[in-house]
Amino acid sequence: MASVARSDIDTAGLQSRGLRMGIGGVLLLLAVAAEHGFSGLGGLSSIYFLLVMAIIYVPPWESVPYVGRYARAGIAIIIAFTYPFFWDKLFTVPIFGEFPSVSTGVVMLVFIMMAVGLNIVVGYAGLLDLGYVAFYAIGAYVAAWFASVQFAHVNVHFGAVGVGQNVPGFHISIWLLLIAAGFLTSMVGVVIGLPTLRLRGDYLAIVTLGFGEILPQIARNSDNFFGTGFNLTNGPNGITPIDAPGFFGVNYLTGSGTFWTSERLFYWTGLLLLLFTIFCSVRLRDSRLGRAWIAIREDETAAAAMGVPLMRTKTWAYASGAFFGGIAGAYYASFKSATFPGDFFFNISVFILCMVILGGMGNIWGVIFGGAFLAYLDQEGLADSGSWISTHLHLNFNVPEYESGIFGVILLVVMLFRPEGLIPSTRRAAEFHEGGEYAEEYLYDVQHEGN
Amino acid sequence: MVSEASQQPLAARTGYRPSVTGIVGLSLVLLLLVWLGINFYKTPSDFIQIFLIGFTLGALYALIALGYTLVYGILELINFAHGDVFMLGSMMAVTVVGTSLFDLHQGQAWYVLWPLVLVALLICMAFCGGLNVTVELIAYRRLRHAPRLAPLITAIGASFILQNVGLAWKGPNYVQTASVLPRGNVFSTHGVEYTWEKLIVLIVTTPVLLLLVWLVQRTRQGKAMRAVAQDTDAAAMMGINVNRTISFTFLIAGALAGVAGLLYALYAGSVRFDQGFQLGLIAFTAAVFGGIGNLPGAVLGAVLIGLIQAFNEGLSWHAPGSDWTQSIVFTLLILILVFRPEGLLGERTPEGG
Repeated sequence: MASVARSDIDTAGLQSRGLRMGIGGVLLLLAVAAEHGFSGLGGLSSIYFLLVMAIIYVPPWESVPYVGRYARAGIAIIIAFTYPFFWDKLFTVPIFGEFPSVSTGVVMLVFIMMAVGLNIVVGYAGLLDLGYVAFYAIGAYVAAWFASVQFAHVNVHFGAVGVGQNVPGFHISIWLLLIAAGFLTSMVGVVIGLPTLRLRGDYLAIVTLGFGEILPQIARNSDNFFGTGFNLTNGPNGITPIDAPGFFGVNYLTGSGTFWTSERLFYWTGLLLLLFTIFCSVRLRDSRLGRAWIAIREDETAAAAMGVPLMRTKTWAYASGAFFGGIAGAYYASFKSATFPGDFFFNISVFILCMVILGGMGNIWGVIFGGAFLAYLDQEGLADSGSWISTHLHLNFNVPEYESGIFGVILLVVMLFRPEGLIPSTRRAAEFHEGGEYAEEYLYDVQHEGN
Repeated sequence: MVSEASQQPLAARTGYRPSVTGIVGLSLVLLLLVWLGINFYKTPSDFIQIFLIGFTLGALYALIALGYTLVYGILELINFAHGDVFMLGSMMAVTVVGTSLFDLHQGQAWYVLWPLVLVALLICMAFCGGLNVTVELIAYRRLRHAPRLAPLITAIGASFILQNVGLAWKGPNYVQTASVLPRGNVFSTHGVEYTWEKLIVLIVTTPVLLLLVWLVQRTRQGKAMRAVAQDTDAAAMMGINVNRTISFTFLIAGALAGVAGLLYALYAGSVRFDQGFQLGLIAFTAAVFGGIGNLPGAVLGAVLIGLIQAFNEGLSWHAPGSDWTQSIVFTLLILILVFRPEGLLGERTPEGG
């Protein structure tokens, strides 16, 4: 019983054996069909792909004693770690083309991290945060200030790999900066949260949106910091280059040999950071604090009556969400080797929110899926599908230009037809469909079909 | 200026004991007044000129802010898409005014110009009203009993979609409006010039606002709107068609955005697909400033925000400048929401806003 309650795979309805066998059979049939002729699917690689899917999904892993609970996650982690070795040998997907490259994979990992962080605020605690980009910005600027030549009048070196001793500016090890960015960002989260978390949901959303707009503007205008002549952020030109991380004398920018290439190093490190984020998120969810978040989300008044301290619990949600946003921002800045105020628009906040909502608010696996898919669309998918559309349908339609509109459609369609997301948590789904049959009768007529 | 207002009810209850936020707020307002006074003393004609610009801007913002406040009053929903409805209205205005059918150009006789501008105004109002009703029908109606955050999220989605409609319609660059309004000054004394464009904004806005007040206060439909805003279920029991009343509210809000769109296109001279987001947020701040759900409050808040923006961008002595306008407006928004969520004219509610 305990293993069911604490099971990390918190998906509704996909657990029945019959369904699983059916899907497995379809996958195997597809694999066989692919072998006999579907050359368009890329020959052998598609068979391997389907077989691996079947191995993950079909066997009743959770009934294996002791290790069974971790089997699926373990296989997924192994596949993720070995991805750089086989991504270019995979089949091409119709319309979307090839699988994402390793450097796209790094961006995807960073955005999944942010989505998992935002999920703590939006999914667990139910506080709509429209300014998450502010935390990303703070993290990015922490990395930019303390690992670049921005403050050229000082010369502080501490643990930076591959930076000459006479290069001016702060050059602190990125590993330390990741931690520092996380803590600084969560402190800012507390500072923002303390006065505002008393507000009701939609007002809170507006206030966070306000912060998300103010901070980038400060970044844009602070090449002359409030008229003092102090160049804090280098204004719209941004801060570049930013040091890459490194260890044992291997700098991530150059890599080492043909095996430890730059993008592989960034990819694996990003994957480790993401695993850390997921681990923390899952443990937080199951902790006393996490249960308090969910209680607040479901009914604030009832939670307060049961003795949950509202302000403190909400502030913790803010701080934890911000922490991961800060780490992801700092890591991304180091990967791109640049930070521009133009990166921190409202669009990014909505982009990350869209990942959380598409995947399923509150369910970490859904959020990972949503984050991976949308970040892939943003980086490669839209451009690839756009070029497919223009060559095959002869439409002169620049798909990436309408990215935000596509995200708008996703938000709208998901909220209208499946508010619990594609891979919902059982509990969240129940909240959205609260009172399906036993709802109180509404006195006036609203279309309810489909709900 | 926020906390000055919040000082009074607080002080009344606690027997005039000054609170920290009250003192800080008062001193901030005093600083602001001193800053304005010094600016007035240094460059009086500029000051008055900027005041007039700010007042005109405020009138424009009032039209948009009223749309937010009407919808919030009835549904308690922040209609994020409203700013983009306004943006599409201004694009419609650019199209209609520029159409060769109308043949509008500079220096046309008044008896040709004004009826055609009025026709353009009606087209924009109908377009935006219809658009707003459609948005409500598609994005909000199904979610009326969903958790509060669900319609807010669809509102953001609708806003992005409309923004992209504007992008597809007019492209990513600024679109110039045909210049049709009479040029020149209404009067010009002591270096203060009052141009026709500014006057026209007021000439159009004032009757629209009066009409709105009449509609809400005096007509049967307005009474239905107020009833639904007060208690939806009770209104339904009294035989009011709630869905139709809500649609009507969205129609009115959209029509106001259409008026604002036409005036903005003529006054500012160019429109772009992303103007709606920013101006929408400024107008929303104005609505919150005055007390959301409160019609005179929205107008008052809009005029104050217009003045703040104009003073910030126009004054020469220690003004932060247009780079900071957005930050100032949002800081104001946050301060209001934190310290006086009911706004200047609103009433305190049990939920605290």
